[in-house]
Amino acid sequence: MSANVNTSLPLEYQTHQSRMNILGFWIFLGAEIVLFATLFAVYAVLYQNYAGGPTHQDIIMIKEVMIQTLLLLTSSFTCGLAIYEMRRNNVKGLISWLVITLLLGAGFLFMEINEFIHYIHEGATMQTSAFLSSFFVLLGTHGAHVTLGIGWAIIVIIQLIKRGLTPVTARKIFIIGLYWHFLDVVWIFIFTFVYLKGMVG
Amino acid sequence: MLKYIKLFVALFAVIPVLLLTGCETNMVVFEPQGPVARSIMELINWSLMWMLLVVVVVFAMFGFIVWKYRERKENMNYEPPEEHGNTLFEIIWTAIPILIVIALIIPTVKTLYALEEVPEGYENEEPLTVHVTAADWKWIFSYPEQGIETVNYVNIPEDRPVNFKLTSAGTMQSFWVPALAGQKYAMAKMETQLILVAENPGSYVGKNSNFNGRGYTGMEFEVLAQTQQDFNQWIADVKNTAPVLTEEKYEEMLKPTHLGRLTFKNTHLAWVNHADEDAQTYTNPELYRYNGYQGKTFEEEDNYMNENSETESGDHHHEENHDDHGNHGGDDHGQH
Amino acid sequence: MGNIKWDEFFITGDPLILGAQVSIALTMLGVLFGLTYLKKWKWIWREWITTVDHKRIGIMYIIAAILMFFRGGIDGLLMKAQTSRPEMGLLSSQHYNEIFTTHGVIMILFMAMPFLIGLMNVVIPLQIGARDVAFPQLNALSFWLFFSGAMLFNISFVIGGSPDAGWTSYFPLAGKEFSPSIANNYYAIALQIAGIGTLMTGINFIVTILKMRTKGMTLMRMPMFTWTALVTSGIIVAAFPIFTVALALMKFDRLFGTHFFTVSSGGSDMLWANLFWLWGHPEVYIVALPAFGIFSEVIATFSRKQLFGYKSMVYATVGIALLSMVVWVHHFYTMGSGPGVNSFFSLTTMLIAVPTGIKIFNWLFTMRKGRIKLSSAMLWALAFIPTFTIGGVTGVMLAMGAADFQYHNTLFLVAHFHYVLIPGVVFAVFAGLYYWWPKMFGHMLNERLGKWHFWLFNIGFNVTFMPMFFLGLNGAVRRSYTYSAESGFAPLFLLSAIGSVILAAGFAVFCYNIYWSIRYADRNISSDPWDARTLEWATASPVQHYNFAKLPEVKSFDAFWQMKKNNEGLTLKDSEIEEIHMPSNSGQPFMMCVIFGVVGFFLVFEWFIPAAIASVGIIVGLIYRSFDYNDGYHIPVEEISKTESTWRNEKGEVHKHVG
Repeated sequence: MSANVNTSLPLEYQTHQSRMNILGFWIFLGAEIVLFATLFAVYAVLYQNYAGGPTHQDIIMIKEVMIQTLLLLTSSFTCGLAIYEMRRNNVKGLISWLVITLLLGAGFLFMEINEFIHYIHEGATMQTSAFLSSFFVLLGTHGAHVTLGIGWAIIVIIQLIKRGLTPVTARKIFIIGLYWHFLDVVWIFIFTFVYLKGMVG
Repeated sequence: MLKYIKLFVALFAVIPVLLLTGCETNMVVFEPQGPVARSIMELINWSLMWMLLVVVVVFAMFGFIVWKYRERKENMNYEPPEEHGNTLFEIIWTAIPILIVIALIIPTVKTLYALEEVPEGYENEEPLTVHVTAADWKWIFSYPEQGIETVNYVNIPEDRPVNFKLTSAGTMQSFWVPALAGQKYAMAKMETQLILVAENPGSYVGKNSNFNGRGYTGMEFEVLAQTQQDFNQWIADVKNTAPVLTEEKYEEMLKPTHLGRLTFKNTHLAWVNHADEDAQTYTNPELYRYNGYQGKTFEEEDNYMNENSETESGDHHHEENHDDHGNHGGDDHGQH
Repeated sequence: MGNIKWDEFFITGDPLILGAQVSIALTMLGVLFGLTYLKKWKWIWREWITTVDHKRIGIMYIIAAILMFFRGGIDGLLMKAQTSRPEMGLLSSQHYNEIFTTHGVIMILFMAMPFLIGLMNVVIPLQIGARDVAFPQLNALSFWLFFSGAMLFNISFVIGGSPDAGWTSYFPLAGKEFSPSIANNYYAIALQIAGIGTLMTGINFIVTILKMRTKGMTLMRMPMFTWTALVTSGIIVAAFPIFTVALALMKFDRLFGTHFFTVSSGGSDMLWANLFWLWGHPEVYIVALPAFGIFSEVIATFSRKQLFGYKSMVYATVGIALLSMVVWVHHFYTMGSGPGVNSFFSLTTMLIAVPTGIKIFNWLFTMRKGRIKLSSAMLWALAFIPTFTIGGVTGVMLAMGAADFQYHNTLFLVAHFHYVLIPGVVFAVFAGLYYWWPKMFGHMLNERLGKWHFWLFNIGFNVTFMPMFFLGLNGAVRRSYTYSAESGFAPLFLLSAIGSVILAAGFAVFCYNIYWSIRYADRNISSDPWDARTLEWATASPVQHYNFAKLPEVKSFDAFWQMKKNNEGLTLKDSEIEEIHMPSNSGQPFMMCVIFGVVGFFLVFEWFIPAAIASVGIIVGLIYRSFDYNDGYHIPVEEISKTESTWRNEKGEVHKHVG
């Protein structure tokens, strides 16, 4: 199955197996969209069920969330630069931009964890009300995805350092790129529908 | 081979006959005792007719084709023709089902809307409102206008629409009186509504059809339709003789048990209506501990906790349940 | 973990469960002893546990599904025995609740679905002329995750307690407020693990079918079973994530005290019902569509005719898949969503009858002008048409929102869905098994026993479920563990119980048939014993592990039929043989199965620290996989040449049909 190599395509698309992996990952992202859509639907059903607990306006730290958004959006951009460097066959540039991407992602994660800790100190926990249950699980699922993405990217960077840029490592990097952009898109929806809408009431 | 086919045809020929005879036996759905159940039965009969037609056509074609084209000694040399399809046929068997769907959806929609209203011919009657509270595993009926409450039976006047307002103190139930109307769910912190009319005095079985735990079987009640006169008399009797329902007694009643019939001369609506979104939650997981490995439960601010519960044994006790004892619920906790 | 309550850990006090515990222990000891005694440990590890061969994975799915069929069937028989007489004392209410819950879950998720996925695994790569699926190792992982979930679910009734809130697991009943024992954790966690496996199967098959078709196999030349597998995989990808979320929220509610579906603090029990059926209804079509595909193959083959109206069959399949996403509310018209909503969903639900009707008539017209051979496989396909019609028309009746107020939650509904699922799925997997058995094992299943199996099962099925329609219309509700003598239900319940015994006898004959055929059936059969039409029959039986020495080229629909007719592409010249690249076996999927099972078990018992420690294993497994650059191996030309000569004649032709 490693036959059927087409060297006129970008590195990550050259083998048949790689093309299948990338298609498979797109389909997986489709499943992820359904997953997050379901979580958004759950949130949409429950977001006003405060059950006497805190409301959006009581807890949301909009300034911190703005910084988080900025970090994640920038990381999506640097991730794009990394893929650009990969296409130019510049391994050093690729790794540098990937590391920057991950640092930005880690910054986002750090701020999100701090945000959660702050909410919990305010008495707004997952157990307080249906609103907060859906809030924490939606955001937490996204955060868990980011965490997973960082861990996964580190593993692939190690492989990249060990093996250089091959059709296989290129494909792995490319797929992580897709994943990272996807998380960014999800965050835009979270930012709009959870934070901005929550602030407006 | 032949005997298989005969058996085959015989077996499936029996089925429509069974279906046909089924309509004439005394099944409760086909013996409605009021206009609501009758309108549903008429819809069912209308659909049955069409469905029987479908069954007859498909079975006949099936029997004919299998019989005619089965492999026999004589036709072993027969090689079937190449045949990709037939657009005309395919259009026909797409169009006919669509027509049948149209024939069925129109009365369905009409009936769906009609079921939400007082049935035709009874618009001038003032409906009797009865609040139904389903609890594990009993039915509580409150008559707000008359100010009385019954458990596991409900008396209604004949020929007068009754508007049942359904809610639940805990699990989800389905309120069903097959002789008088269809069913509807009773859910906590929600109100659903079911309207019915009994045309004749008589006793009808009502039951829960939605599984809700160990005591689900036998969660039945009696609907007794009476003449207006008898009904008024019954109300007056209850007012004179029945005991008063206290909050304490009510909380006792909500525990997961089977109860017999009870009657009170006041209603629990005075202190809680479970249909309210912010009503007191009368749940107590400790009362549901039964078999298997016991997991941890969670204390809620508005939970109903009872330190005297009988089923609560020492080894089933978890730390988090010690926190908030003595919180018996009631209106002083209803501020959420 | 220091405070494990052993008296609660093992379920005690019920002689039936004690018997099950003893027999499980004895069977496990027997298997271990047998493997050791016959020195088969290495064999089972190399040939089966670590295999990434789609055919073997398929066979393992089917074996697991038959075992689960047995378990679910015993549950069913116990239910029938308990309700055979009024006020029967065989089972307590609690025990009955557990049994109908496990019956439902096992039959749908651990029997029907793996059985069909098993057949898909065996057949689909062959039908499209491929050497394996797109991601062979992922395929093995899918199987092992399903297996892990199935085993975890199955131990519940002896360890910790069986789920008892119904297969729909409606809240708030299934929440901690009303079910404080850990039993329902099994539901959430076991189904989650199996569900991940299913999702990956869906992705795998979409890519396989889109990307691995052999030369000339355009989409509109694909066999019908492949089409239905593709559409089903699409539904899996669209619907399973919803269930994943629903189960995750259930876990949060039960393990961490959140309020998604609770009565207290603003939870919504209706939300669960919606999420469950948003997945649950498509799930019905996930199992029904491949079954329709199997019938299409079997009917065409045994009528010796091309499938009638192939294009409309494809469109109907896609149509059913799309409609299946917009009908979920018909499972709870009685929730009071209002007449507008109920009308909409009545219409969409009824519309499903249109593409389904198209299919029924196309099957009938495939047989028309054919030469219908009544083999065991074909008998199942034939019996499907009338019985499924009954399931279908009662489905239309249930679809009518207003009428449903009288059928909902009654035995009428139970009869309906058994009339849909048993003909629509069980008949199909039997048809498929009789049909493809020679392809899998190189010998046939006994036709005479097959007919006994068919008639007993069929008569038993109708006698069991037909009375339930009438019981339902007479007011008998589902899931009720007993009824009074005055209710008048007794005669029909007894009839139904008798039917279930006949049904079970049919299943017993099926098991005996497998045993008999493995021991005594003739091994000297053609590679194409049915004179069939699709590519899986163009290669040896049983299929060599590389499937095709030379990938076939397809020029029309019913490719193999045309190849036989025009006598082209059937021979293999030695000069055409090239090295074949194949993926290597891997133990990683099985290790993941074990680790997921352990993590799941700890989570079920709410032992979070051990669960966290064990889940490190999952991460290690993933990292191991990421660093695994094993690129498989190549089969040398000589070996292929040798293997091919064992089943082809001297000229390199395939054996022709042998009557």
